[in-house]
Amino acid sequence: MDLLREIASSLETGDDERAAERTRAALAAGVAPRVVLDEGLVRGMEAVGARFKAHEIFLPDVLLAAKAMIAGVEILKPLLEGEGMPSRGKVVIGTVKGDLHDIGKNLVGVLLRGAGFDVVDLGRDVPPERFVEAAEREGARVIGMSALLTTTMPAMARVVGLVRERGLGGSVRTIVGGAPVSADFAREIGADDYGYDAANAVERVAALVAR
Amino acid sequence: MREVCRISPDSILPDRDGVLGHTGMAPRAEPAAGVARLVERAVELLGRHARPVAVFEEIAPSEFAQVLEGEGSNVSPNPIEAIHPRAERTGLFALTLGREVQDEIGALFETGEFPLGYLLDAAASAAAGRFARVVVARFLEAVVARGAAAPDRTALDYSPGYCGWHVTGQRRLFERLGPGEIGISLGESCLMDPLKSVSGAILVGPAEIHRIEAAYSCCAACSDHHCRERAGRPVALRPS
Ligand code: B1M
Repeated sequence: MDLLREIASSLETGDDERAAERTRAALAAGVAPRVVLDEGLVRGMEAVGARFKAHEIFLPDVLLAAKAMIAGVEILKPLLEGEGMPSRGKVVIGTVKGDLHDIGKNLVGVLLRGAGFDVVDLGRDVPPERFVEAAEREGARVIGMSALLTTTMPAMARVVGLVRERGLGGSVRTIVGGAPVSADFAREIGADDYGYDAANAVERVAALVAR
Repeated sequence: MREVCRISPDSILPDRDGVLGHTGMAPRAEPAAGVARLVERAVELLGRHARPVAVFEEIAPSEFAQVLEGEGSNVSPNPIEAIHPRAERTGLFALTLGREVQDEIGALFETGEFPLGYLLDAAASAAAGRFARVVVARFLEAVVARGAAAPDRTALDYSPGYCGWHVTGQRRLFERLGPGEIGISLGESCLMDPLKSVSGAILVGPAEIHRIEAAYSCCAACSDHHCRERAGRPVALRPS
């Protein structure tokens, strides 16, 4: 249907006003909210993700698409109240203790939300215990940690250790990322995964949740 | 010689490629119209919110050797160990774009304007790099003006966290320089507050001292692939 294609294409052009306007138009035309979500917004975001992966577009384009997606989702939310917004799982994220840099972590949060995850953002300078307590309290499937400097990376190992100590290893997965972090480091500290950028973080979290 | 320098943000505002270079976008790639518009807004916001201020101070080469040693965690050998004994003048510096720009970035994320917030962050990172070059030029001008270096000398900045100089080396640098005067503090984890800040040393000498010829183990682990190219074009008062 044209309206759904237009919604998807408004994400590809990163036009949030058009995404909102076309979402309203689709609803007014009698398209079910769930269909608008799955075949308009989600489909558009998938196309954007594929182009990003193919290096045809870059992070700013993806962020504009995510903003357009959120504009549409906000309209659908109250209408999906009965069946509930579909969630792919809850993820607790934060920048680790001693680190105040949160742009990378914020970008991961934005794209996770855009991909349908529930995100509990603990902010920055987050002590290890808070990550684990929040994951337990919220019933989160994944803890995501970000760091900017090598000096704050040991805090990631402490979170991974605490998850194990509290016997949560089976239900709560851990993923790490940030400029100085690497897949080798993630393996070394026993984290379940590593994300090299925000889009990759979404893929990795999806894989962790599916395990 | 110690100087505090405040400059207008206009003189360090990056161009579009400068901003997009910090987003992982291929050099000279044509951005989508929406992205290009946002970059313009980001640069305009940066001009409004950045408060560039720096402090630099000349120190004796022997003192610099102690600062460089830091807490003994450097990778050795490293390029700076090879460069600084050949430098004729040595300085320390710290610079920041101030807290306001960081607060603006945070506010944009909080209000859902994250594409603009991200591009403002990238613009500020690019501007911090440009500011470092301005500070290096000011230092070189100052030493040349008082006859402490020949006018054909060149200068380049080197920062803890790069070139094998461990990031914890900032502690000694801060003890010696005291950039609290311009509002920069160093946290326990060696993170500077405000975030858009840079600390380092300025080494002055003939252009060839900056060339990095040997292969160092620290280079293999570093994500900066421009340093050898950078070393080939140090700051000079006279075009070579
Ligand atoms: C949960 O799962 C996940 C998964 C993915 C995750 C994730 C979590 N969290 C993040 N990700 C990932 O997704 C995000 C989006 O794609 C990404 O998040 P990032 O936060 O990494 O990305 C940001 C959105 C954009 N990226 C950045 O902002 C960092 C880029 C690089 C080039 C960089 C920049 C631009 C800057 N810096 Co500097 N800087 C470097 C960086 C090297 C690099 N190539 O990454 C790094 C981080 N810096 C470094 C250093 C040393 C420093 N910097 C400094 C200063 C600066 C600038 C001001 C010039 C500038 C801005 C700093 C800032 N962040 O605001 C200093 C520190 C500043 C401070 N406040 O303390 C200073 C200490 C240098 C000095 N002595 O002045 C190095 C750290 C090395 C170390 N030992 O820790 C560094 C790795 C460069 C290097 N040497 O290779 C991914 O990492």
